[in-house]
Amino acid sequence: MGYDLLVDVTAVDWDAQSPRFTGIYHLLSTTKHEYLRIAADCADDINPSLPSLCEVFAAANWHERETYDLMGIHYDGHPDLRRILMWDEYPYHPLRKDFPLAGIEVPLPADDVAEATGATVLPAPMMGGPFVSSADGPMSQTEPSARDESWTEQKEKPTD
Amino acid sequence: MQNTNVAYDSKVEGEIIVTQADAVINWIRKHSVWPMPMGLACCAIELMAAGASRFDISRFGMEVMRFSPRQADCMIVSGTVTYKMAEVIRRIYEQMAEPKWVVAMGACASTGGMYRSYATLQGVDRIIPVDVYVSGCPPRPEALLDAMIKLQDKIGRERSVKNLTARNAKPAKAENLALAGAGKES
Ligand code: SF4
Repeated sequence: MGYDLLVDVTAVDWDAQSPRFTGIYHLLSTTKHEYLRIAADCADDINPSLPSLCEVFAAANWHERETYDLMGIHYDGHPDLRRILMWDEYPYHPLRKDFPLAGIEVPLPADDVAEATGATVLPAPMMGGPFVSSADGPMSQTEPSARDESWTEQKEKPTD
Repeated sequence: MQNTNVAYDSKVEGEIIVTQADAVINWIRKHSVWPMPMGLACCAIELMAAGASRFDISRFGMEVMRFSPRQADCMIVSGTVTYKMAEVIRRIYEQMAEPKWVVAMGACASTGGMYRSYATLQGVDRIIPVDVYVSGCPPRPEALLDAMIKLQDKIGRERSVKNLTARNAKPAKAENLALAGAGKES
């Protein structure tokens, strides 16, 4: 086929739909200069999994770890499926639609530091911005986004 | 700034200068701050600029950037502090010898900045005590120099023995307070 470069591995969370998770692969042919994007649905909505591409493309290793970390998709056959961005004990997968952008309170990664400082991983204060969500309806339609605060002679300045 | 702690008149005192121990110790400390550049994100670029020839932090006696916490006494936290990194920063801070100070450089280190998210510590003062906060995203090198000069003023106003014993990020416990007066002997 000639698609010899794996550019990206990522995934989509469709929230309320089923199948909920879709794995996405971006491939490039360095001889024909063509891109190919492959989408593969995960059959299981609760414990989504996909076969690992590490055997075929070495580049898949860290991409799959990232997708596992943030989306919670298990890549069967991956040689070392650990979290790559969040710390190992982190209990959530933050890019899932049901995870709030501000975060959920959990203990700090290091027990002794948490004990010495009394600090925990707290939800970040959003204070109406910079990113806001209207919060009603499925989250796939109410993505947090920057609020439109522009105003002109025709459109009043927002007050709140 | 006029130094009010040292008064010297060669006609009266000859070759003797009368002053307070605090004034001398603090004067020595504040003119040789050895910073630990805790460069975590984009602010570190401005920190480098502050050290380069145009801004030249060495004019104020703090150019000896030390990458070992054992040799540094002022941690400049410049950049976004993630929760994963918080542990490392706290450990490096604990490894620095007393007396030590912390400068939170930029919006991220001071408050989490624009990163209102699940991954970012909302202000490094949640894990280590901060002496000077610098606003800006990123602060210009002049702002950092101003902060370091403010820190020098602060060092000059401190009780010099107070910092000889370990500080905690939490308010010092009773036994630590008792030790603080006694200096290093246990
Ligand atoms: S305050 Fe701005 S420049 Fe500094 S680390 Fe944060 S985002 Fe980067």
